[in-house]
Amino acid sequence: MALLETKNLSISFGGLRAVDGFNIKIEQGQLYGLIGPNGAGKTTIFNLLTGVYRPSEGKIFLDGEDITGKKTIDINKAGVARTFQNIRLFKKLSVKDNVKVGLHNSYHYSTLCGIFRLPHYYKVEAQMNERAMELLKVFDLDGDAETTAENLPYGKQRKLEIARALATNPKLLLLDEPAAGMNPNETIELMNTIRFVRDKFQMTILLIEHDMKLVSGICEELTVLNFGKVLTQGKTGEVLNNPEVIKAYLGE
Amino acid sequence: MKKFNLSKTTKDNLWTYGIVLVIALITGILLLTGNLSSLMEGLLVPICSYVILAVSLNLTVGILGELSLGHAGFMCVGAFTSAFFSKLTENVITVDIVRFILAIIIGAAFAGLMGILIGMPVLRLKGDYLAIVTLAFGEIIKNVINVLYIGIDSKGIHFSMKDSMALGLEPDGKIIIKGAQGITGTPKDSSFLIGVILIFITLFIVLNLIHSRDGRAIMAIRDNLIAAESVGINITKYKMMAFSISAALAGVAGVLYAHNLNSLMATPKNFGYNMSIMILVYVVLGGIGNIKGSVIAAVVLTVLPEVLRGMNNYRMLIYAIVLIVIMLFSWSPKCLEWREVFMEKYIRPRFAKKTSEEGK
Ligand SMILES: Nc1ncnc2c1ncn2[C@@H]1O[C@H](COP(=O)(O)OP(=O)(O)OP(=O)(O)O)[C@@H](O)[C@H]1O
Ligand SMILES: [Mg+2]
Repeated sequence: MALLETKNLSISFGGLRAVDGFNIKIEQGQLYGLIGPNGAGKTTIFNLLTGVYRPSEGKIFLDGEDITGKKTIDINKAGVARTFQNIRLFKKLSVKDNVKVGLHNSYHYSTLCGIFRLPHYYKVEAQMNERAMELLKVFDLDGDAETTAENLPYGKQRKLEIARALATNPKLLLLDEPAAGMNPNETIELMNTIRFVRDKFQMTILLIEHDMKLVSGICEELTVLNFGKVLTQGKTGEVLNNPEVIKAYLGE
Repeated sequence: MKKFNLSKTTKDNLWTYGIVLVIALITGILLLTGNLSSLMEGLLVPICSYVILAVSLNLTVGILGELSLGHAGFMCVGAFTSAFFSKLTENVITVDIVRFILAIIIGAAFAGLMGILIGMPVLRLKGDYLAIVTLAFGEIIKNVINVLYIGIDSKGIHFSMKDSMALGLEPDGKIIIKGAQGITGTPKDSSFLIGVILIFITLFIVLNLIHSRDGRAIMAIRDNLIAAESVGINITKYKMMAFSISAALAGVAGVLYAHNLNSLMATPKNFGYNMSIMILVYVVLGGIGNIKGSVIAAVVLTVLPEVLRGMNNYRMLIYAIVLIVIMLFSWSPKCLEWREVFMEKYIRPRFAKKTSEEGK
C-alpha cells in the first residue's frame, strides 16, 4: 500500500482549473519530486494535501486512510507536515520555541500544571527541550536555539521550517521549494540534510523544487505538472530526458 | 543542567515581580509615614486595578494578537456581579476576607464566562472582528446595568428593567442594584495591600501561562496562524483560552475597583469606551506584548496627570497619537506589511549605517 495516494484530485478557482485530475502514488521512504513551471499548481496541491483547500473532486489517502476534506490540524495529526514557499515562522519566538510548538501535540501537561509550575511541568519541558535540541542539531541550528526566529539568515529560516515540521512527527513531509533563495553551497548542504532526514527518520518526502540540480540529485521519482495537469511521471532520469518536459520548461 | 544559571525569561519575570515589589514598598512606606496626599491615597486601589487591567489586556492584544476595545466591559461585569454578591451576603458571611475571596472568584467567573460567550462566535472568524464586537459589548453592558433594577425581599430576588417600583418589593425588601444609581454601600473590602497581592497573582498567572506549552501555542497563532494550524495547533481553543483568561482577570480588577467605592455606578468614565481605550493606551505605550511595560505604563500614566494636573487638557491629543502608534504596532497582517516597508525604508538604513561604521 502506498503511503500517499491521490485519485483524480481537482480544484477550481472561479474558472481556473488550478489542479486537474491529479494522481500520484508515493511509497513509504521515497524521496519524490514535484516539478513544473510557475503557476503549474504545485503549491495548490500541497494546500489540497494539507486541508488548506478542499478539493472540488477526488480523494486523498494517507497510509490507506481517507483524509479528504479533513481539517488542517487533523491532517497534521494524521501525519502530514509541511513547509511553506513563503517562509512562515513564528517570528517573535526563539528558534527553539518554534520547534517546541511543533512538539505541541506529542508532549502534554495541563494549563493549570503550566501556570502553577507543578513538577510535571519541569519534567515535560525538559523532555521537550531535549527533543527540540536534537532536531535542531540535525539542521545545525543548535547554536542558534535562543535566537529570535526572524533574526535568522534566510537559509537557516528555511531549515528551521523543516525542523519544525519534523517535530510534529509526521509520516509524510512536504517541502515547498526548500532551496529557494539559497546559494549553491547551501543548496548542496540542504540536499545532504534532506537525504539524511529521510534515512534517519525513514521519512517519506515529497518536495517541490525549481533547482534541477537538487531535483536530479536526490529525487528518485518525479511528477511534472503543467497547467494543473500531470505531464509525465516516473523515474527521475527518464522524466528529465522526456522531450515534452524539456519543451514545457523551455517553452517554444 | 546548570541549575543556577537563570534563563533570560526567568530573569525578565523576576524583574517584573521586582518592579512591582519596589513600587509597592515605596508607596507603602510613603503611606504609613503619612507622606501621600489624600488624593494619591484615594488613587492607590484604582491604580492596582488599572495595572491588572493593563496586564490582562496585554494577554489579548500582545500575546494573542487580537484587538479588544471593550476591556472595561469585562471589568464592569466583574465589578457588578461581585458587588451584588457582597451586598447580598454582607450579613450572612461575616468574615470580610472570606466574603471578598468569594467575591473575587464570582467576579472572575462571570467576566470569564462573558469572555467565552463573546469569543465563541467571534474568535472563529478570521479578521479583526473582535475589536468591533468587544467595542459594542462594552457599551451594551454599561447601558444594560444603567436600567437594571434588582431587589430582594422575603419572597426572593426581584428583577426589572423599568424602575424600582416595578420590582414590587415587600415592605421588608431592599434594592441592591438601582438603575443608574448602581450599587451603594458595597462593603469596603479592597485595600492597597489586597490590590498588590492581586497584581502579583495576575502576573503569576499571565507570565507562567506565556512561558508554558499553552502560551507558546497562543503566540504561535499570533505570529502565523496558517503555520500554527499546519503543526496541529487548535486555533479556536487557544484563542478562547487567552481571551477568557484575559476577561476573567479584568473581572478581578473590577472586583477590586468595586469594593473600594461607596457607590458603584456604570458611568462612561469608569466602565465605558474611554476606560477601555485608556487601558489600551497603557498596553500600547508600555509595549505590546511587554508585561513589565504594561505595569509601568499603568502606574506612570495614572500618577502623571495627578502630578501635572494640566495634562488633562492634552488627553485627547494623547489618544490621537496613541491610536496612530497602535496602527504602527498592530499585529494585523496589513499593518505588519506596512510596518515592514516603513522599517525597510526609514529605520533599517540608519541602523545598517551605524553597524557598518562600528564594524570598521
Ligand atoms: N487561492 C487562490 N485563489 C485563486 N487562484 C489561486 C489561488 N491559489 C492559487 N491560485 C492560482 O492557481 C494557479 C497555481 O498556483 P500555484 O501557487 O499552485 O502555482 P505553483 O506551481 O506553486 O507556482 P510557483 O512555482 O510560482 O510557486 C495559479 O494560476 C494561481 O494564480
Ligand atoms: Mg508554489
